[in-house]
Amino acid sequence: MSATARPSEMVPGLGRRIGSLRSERRWALWTAYISLIIAAVVMLAPPLYMLLTSIKTSAEIADPSGNPWLVLNPTWENYAGIIGNPMFRGFFYNSIILTVCVVVITMVISVLAAFALARMKFFGSQVLATGVFLTYLVPDTLLFIPLYQIVGGLGLLNSIWGLVLVYPTLTVPFCTWIMIGYFASIPKELDEAALIDGANWMQMLTKIFIPVALPGIIAATIFAFTVSWAAFVYPTAFITRPDEMPLTIGVVSQLIRGDTFAWGQLMAGALIAALPPVVVYAFLMDYYIAGLTAGATKG
Amino acid sequence: MAPDSSAAVLAARPAAAPARGSAMKRFARRRSTIAFLMTLPLITVIGGLVAWPAGYAIYLATLNRRQTAFIGLENFDILLESETFRSVIWQSCFFAITAVLLKALVGFWLAHMLHHIPAKGQKIWRGMLLVPWVIPPALSTLGWWWMFDPSYSSINYLINAIGFPSVPWLGEPWWARISVIIVNVWYGAPFFMIMYLAALKSVPDQLYEAAAIDGATGWQGLRHITLPMMQNIISITVLFSLIVTFANYDIVRVLTNGGPRDLTQVFASYAFQVGVLSGNIPRGAAVSLFMFPLLAIIAYFVLRGVNKRNQEMA
Amino acid sequence: MAQVSLRKIVKEYEGGVQAVKGIDLEIADHEFVVLVGPSGCGKSTTLRMIAGLEEISAGEIDIGGAVVNDVPPRDRDIAMVFQNYALYPHMSVRENMAFGLMLRKFPKAEIDRRVNEAARILDIGMLLDRKPKALSGGQRQRVAMGRAIVRDPKVFLFDEPLSNLDAKLRVQMRTEIKKVHQTVRTTTIYVTHDQVEAMTLADRVVVMNHGVIEQVGPPQELYHHPRTRFVAGFIGSPAMNFIPAKVVERGNGLVLHLPLGTELAVPEHRVARYKAYAGKTVTFGIRPEHLTDTQNVNKPHVAIFNATPEVLEPMGMETLAHIKLGGAEICARLDPLVAASPGVPLPLAADMNNMHLIDDATGLVI
Ligand SMILES: Nc1ncnc2c1ncn2[C@@H]1O[C@H](COP(=O)(O)OP(=O)(O)OP(=O)(O)O)[C@@H](O)[C@H]1O
Ligand SMILES: [Mg+2]
Repeated sequence: MSATARPSEMVPGLGRRIGSLRSERRWALWTAYISLIIAAVVMLAPPLYMLLTSIKTSAEIADPSGNPWLVLNPTWENYAGIIGNPMFRGFFYNSIILTVCVVVITMVISVLAAFALARMKFFGSQVLATGVFLTYLVPDTLLFIPLYQIVGGLGLLNSIWGLVLVYPTLTVPFCTWIMIGYFASIPKELDEAALIDGANWMQMLTKIFIPVALPGIIAATIFAFTVSWAAFVYPTAFITRPDEMPLTIGVVSQLIRGDTFAWGQLMAGALIAALPPVVVYAFLMDYYIAGLTAGATKG
Repeated sequence: MAPDSSAAVLAARPAAAPARGSAMKRFARRRSTIAFLMTLPLITVIGGLVAWPAGYAIYLATLNRRQTAFIGLENFDILLESETFRSVIWQSCFFAITAVLLKALVGFWLAHMLHHIPAKGQKIWRGMLLVPWVIPPALSTLGWWWMFDPSYSSINYLINAIGFPSVPWLGEPWWARISVIIVNVWYGAPFFMIMYLAALKSVPDQLYEAAAIDGATGWQGLRHITLPMMQNIISITVLFSLIVTFANYDIVRVLTNGGPRDLTQVFASYAFQVGVLSGNIPRGAAVSLFMFPLLAIIAYFVLRGVNKRNQEMA
Repeated sequence: MAQVSLRKIVKEYEGGVQAVKGIDLEIADHEFVVLVGPSGCGKSTTLRMIAGLEEISAGEIDIGGAVVNDVPPRDRDIAMVFQNYALYPHMSVRENMAFGLMLRKFPKAEIDRRVNEAARILDIGMLLDRKPKALSGGQRQRVAMGRAIVRDPKVFLFDEPLSNLDAKLRVQMRTEIKKVHQTVRTTTIYVTHDQVEAMTLADRVVVMNHGVIEQVGPPQELYHHPRTRFVAGFIGSPAMNFIPAKVVERGNGLVLHLPLGTELAVPEHRVARYKAYAGKTVTFGIRPEHLTDTQNVNKPHVAIFNATPEVLEPMGMETLAHIKLGGAEICARLDPLVAASPGVPLPLAADMNNMHLIDDATGLVI
């Protein structure tokens, strides 16, 4: 890219070549930093603007004459307002219940299955592993209509338990897939040593595999958490009663009222709703990224 | 595994051998049983919540609106004849292809730039650039929606500041399409960047050094080393992103809700509108089934890429 | 502690590969047996069948008087040391060693006693609280052995435990293993492809090739009386020289005709043994150490002949001379003080007391 030198520059005298190399490097570095600064500004502008809006007073938001990127009278009133809103607290509570259940269910299902698929070759295990991967490629928007019927048939529409039932379709395939990768990378001698030491299958899983593949477990857990926290299609389709809504659809559908949008509160609500995944990301970035790239680099 | 090869021994020890054979089989069967039990929940999820609904969708799509009669392919016929649906097909493809292409390019560029700067700073930049991918898209799109707001647009403010007229972001069809693509690229490019960065880091430095000694320029290094080494990860990421983008719902729903005049509807949002909001479940199922052939083709290529990769690594 | 018997052991992998083709072996209590052979000959497979990690396709394995074919590894009361050590990366050295005892629900005090005792034997007391990652290769090796020792099993199984170590450490750990065996006296089966390891460690060496046992015996016996060409060539370093030769009767005795007109007389006490091959072509085998310069050759039955070295390799305490004799490449060990140079003919002394003749048709030593 910018680090290229035209071939003619590479040939003549050593001194010149070193000089050109150095200036070339400097140029490459400049290009890189300028690109990254521009990218960072663009990437961070929307959340920043949400933050700015959320600390403005309604009057300031509604004033079309000022610079929208400046805050003159910062205030916490939007946050106080949104946190004081029992409906919003309900969304948050629903999201927490829902996500905790889904993460636990997902991890139990995928760790057990990945262990069996990675280590106990059995009839059809190869087909099943491929099936897991294919399932991962099926998007939720292809399934929500039949699932709407099925969940409706079970009487679970308008209930977070209906979501607890269907969310695993979003999380289990990928988590299983990356756990297979992590488990498969554990040397075979380790389970043989455990076998000789007297471990049974369950002890091998709990005492050897899970601790050794802990980074994978963390990455998969983070994935399951962020996906179920951010899921949008299923709750939008299955939940219409505000008191059963999780945050995503709750914020998007319930906080927007008629024409007089309470923009400040809306943005405050969206930011609070986005906070848990962002916090997890900030503290566990390396695991987060390992989980993201695991699908392609391990599979 | 091959009890028949022990024929000679079996003949020599007729009493002991059969008992041993069955004990061995029992052992193998027991292991299979445990393995099966461990995968049973997974099989239940895949079978009951993915495979079965997928089949059920096909069945649903052949029913009439009140699900009382079988009407064959009529839903598909009606859809294909409707002007709106044809525009949905067009918009879905246009949206997915443009957005994925842009994400791939932006992601590739950023990954390269990140790879170039000293390793110490990479973590911080990477951390900032990945933020859009971390925020639930339904919520960040809300922020974009507010930035695109016709009367208060903070983006238009900046555009006006440098002397250009305001842009009717969500009001005019083409601008609305572009807005949807902008938000999608903003949200998805960091993912590409991370994937490419992982791939770039997996190319050993010695290869570049060897190439430099062989006289390769930076561009030739990219062309003959980086791209071939990353080919697989690039294609898997692109194909995967095609699926996700093609099936995207959140952004369209929050940003334009299909408007203006249904011109930004994609398969997912249109299926939602027809199936859930207008209550024509079979027709909605038919709409989402239109995604299937394309997804199947992409899935086939992804799977092939993954297999190839596995074979190369084995 | 226990004896181990293998009776007609066969292993056939899926896909029809026969890795082990009917092995019979009796291993006595306290014995140190080494399985040695080239890569892929089925050593690991045999060991893993004894451990219970591979199913036995046919035959019987008996440990301490009980057939264990259907006994899972954990109930066979064996311990195994792996080539890559297979230490549990998330456990400290102490936990690694205690793991097997813990699973078997030993009382805490007993576990501590055994771990400390093993640590004392192996001299790893100061490493007990480290994780495997923080250990050097040799230390990991010791911990892996410690994990085996604490279990106090009937049998130790080692699968190429030293091949991941550098040359110097390997020699050191070899001595260590021997010392440990002299202390704990547990029956040991040790797999290696390094014949020096086999010779130095074993009470008895088992030479395997292509899934069958070529010969079993104490190291010296294998060295001096190999039964097959394979064993003769495999044991000893540098390897035995093989030269095509014709056995010719001369008077009452026999003479070997080698390529390039070289003739070597067979000692008279061997004549009867080789008489039947008179007039036939066989392979003449002689070790490099029995093919020397002519300095101190007042022993009987030494045949002297001239040969031209192509390459000389000074090793310090000796010089190896590589010589082309007709089609055969042979190697002789010379005193470093002997003046020799490539391309200059040199008298060589063959100690015919240590000669071997091999029947080409059967591959057996005559
Ligand atoms: N799981 C398996 N499936 C099929 N064939 C196998 C399997 N494991 C080993 N083999 C084959 O069995 C033969 C013996 O293998 P084994 O591992 O016992 O050799 P080895 O003597 O230990 O060699 P090395 O010194 O290289 O470790 C080899 O030809 C190998 O290819
Ligand atoms: Mg081996």
